[in-house]
Amino acid sequence: MSELEFRVAIRDALAEELERDPAVVFFGEDVAAAGGVFKATPGLFERFGPERVFDTPISELALAGAAYGAAVTGLRPVFEVMFGDFMALAMDSLVNQAAKFWYISHEQGTVPLVVRSAVGAGGRFGAIHSQTHGTWFQGIPGLKIAFPSSPAEAKALLKGAIRDDNPVVFLEHKRLYSMKGPPPPAGDDVIPLGRARIARGGDDVTIVSVGKGVCDALAAAETLAGDGISAEVVDLRTLRPLDVATVLGSVARTNRVLAVEEGPRTGGWAAGLLGAVAEEGLHDLDDAWILATAETPIPYSPTLEDAFLPEAEAILDSIRSRLGVGAARS
Amino acid sequence: MSTPTARPPAQALDAYLAGYGRMRLIREFEAAMHRLFLRGEVHGTTHLYAGQEAVAVGVCMALASEDYVAGTYRGHGHALAKGTPPEPLIAEMLGRATGVCGGRAGSMNVIDLAHGLVGCYGIVGGAIAAALGAGLSAKRQGRVAVGFFGDGAANQAYFHECLNLAAVQRVPVVFVCENNLYAEFTPMAQGTAGADIAARAGAYAMPAAVVDGNDLWAVRAAAAEAVTRARGGEGPTLLECRTYRHYGHSKSDPAPYRSQEEVERWLERDPLTLARKRLEREGVTGEQIDAVEQAITAELEQAVAHALAAPYPDPAADAATEYAP
Repeated sequence: MSELEFRVAIRDALAEELERDPAVVFFGEDVAAAGGVFKATPGLFERFGPERVFDTPISELALAGAAYGAAVTGLRPVFEVMFGDFMALAMDSLVNQAAKFWYISHEQGTVPLVVRSAVGAGGRFGAIHSQTHGTWFQGIPGLKIAFPSSPAEAKALLKGAIRDDNPVVFLEHKRLYSMKGPPPPAGDDVIPLGRARIARGGDDVTIVSVGKGVCDALAAAETLAGDGISAEVVDLRTLRPLDVATVLGSVARTNRVLAVEEGPRTGGWAAGLLGAVAEEGLHDLDDAWILATAETPIPYSPTLEDAFLPEAEAILDSIRSRLGVGAARS
Repeated sequence: MSTPTARPPAQALDAYLAGYGRMRLIREFEAAMHRLFLRGEVHGTTHLYAGQEAVAVGVCMALASEDYVAGTYRGHGHALAKGTPPEPLIAEMLGRATGVCGGRAGSMNVIDLAHGLVGCYGIVGGAIAAALGAGLSAKRQGRVAVGFFGDGAANQAYFHECLNLAAVQRVPVVFVCENNLYAEFTPMAQGTAGADIAARAGAYAMPAAVVDGNDLWAVRAAAAEAVTRARGGEGPTLLECRTYRHYGHSKSDPAPYRSQEEVERWLERDPLTLARKRLEREGVTGEQIDAVEQAITAELEQAVAHALAAPYPDPAADAATEYAP
């Protein structure tokens, strides 16, 4: 079986949904003729034409509003906001228009739109091209937030997002675009939003993360196995809805949970998740903690940025320290 | 070809008489909202459309029923002009279960998709984007979208971003600025650079016109031209309709910042008075107009009574879901 690259998974999901449903349209800044600054969408413009796939001015608020207005009148727009940081400009339409429509209209209509963005630090892009905006939208009822962790997950979650009748904020970690992995199973390549997955089974500790954090957790779990620590990894897949039940099920077996978040602890998803786990599963818990970033903007310098991020090494150190075990001697 | 003195065909005159009836309905609707607000039946706040009726009605006269409209938080007139029946709209204001949005939306945020009203927006300028988006759908469907907004919205990012995008994509949309000369409490000259909002369209090479927003005939004619252009694939138009609100910005605003002289000058050009005079001049009898008014008054009285008798939504029985299935 040939390997699937993450950026190709995104493109394939878009192409397949554009092919399948004439209501799907795709637009954004430099996504059509240029194929996207992360080269995720080349070829779509040539294949589907300017009525279905088009470049837009640099107007994030107008893009979000246009997608909302189109979604409530029959189209299924997917649009790209190039870097997640730019989502601050699009917030009014997403928060006050798209997210509220289904409820305040008394279910007169749905808002099937998807907004894709590249997110995440580690690329030396500095404070304003590196943020992960999922939690900015965490407290908004009516929105869904998806954040895939592998090429197969990216393709299947994006297809699930495009078929979803609710507005979806879709995050693509920029350091995963070149990741390669197996494609999703043929005939089973659509993941409905809202269900977490167990990415690796284990008995001693549960590591919960999302997006690239899952890759870091899996790398840490592999090393921990050498220490004799069996770590389970839960991939949340969506930050909203937050699948607390899957995490509770895992914690019932492992009794320990670490949430790894690329973002500040204050106001982050990890704190909310562990609060929900404590509320429902306190009797199962021996330990629960969070590995997040410092409460500062994301730094630029490689030494500072590397130290800032909770990647595999930091996860490993944190679990060893918390469980009171040293590294296995080799 | 018609000349200004020629008598219009009877069919057109009937349409204007019906338009006058809609304007009258909006005026009486808002008077009822004012009374019901003071009685504590309309909750929170409300923004009344009285004085601006010729804009919404004149524009909607130029539309087909399947065309789209996006309105403002001063949106009761937009909904009624597009065809929302008064009773479910009143019930919505009263927060009742029979409201057009089941009492979930309230005065500022009415949605009535069945009549092409994609929404009314509590954020200044929101309707501009909603209309742009509806226009993307409308382009495929052979329809047209209209976005209403006030003069204050012309200073929002929504205005500039959306007019530009609509122009480059040739979206079939009509942007209708209801310039009532005040952005909330601030006079236009203090917050809006340049004399005309319509002139801003020139920067986007978009056709535009300044229209007498209190003249039903003038608004309808300008809108019809813009709608024809949109339907013909020629893209968007900006109409700046000069008008005046009879009440303050919202129910907490007695509008002390407007001089009595200015208010009286505008009341002399009340769009309903102007329309009635024009109908009579063109041959509609006073009795015919009175009959329309009486029918409206009776319809509205009944709608208010029914809405007041309707139940509030029962929180225990509310089957609300966060998401569409």
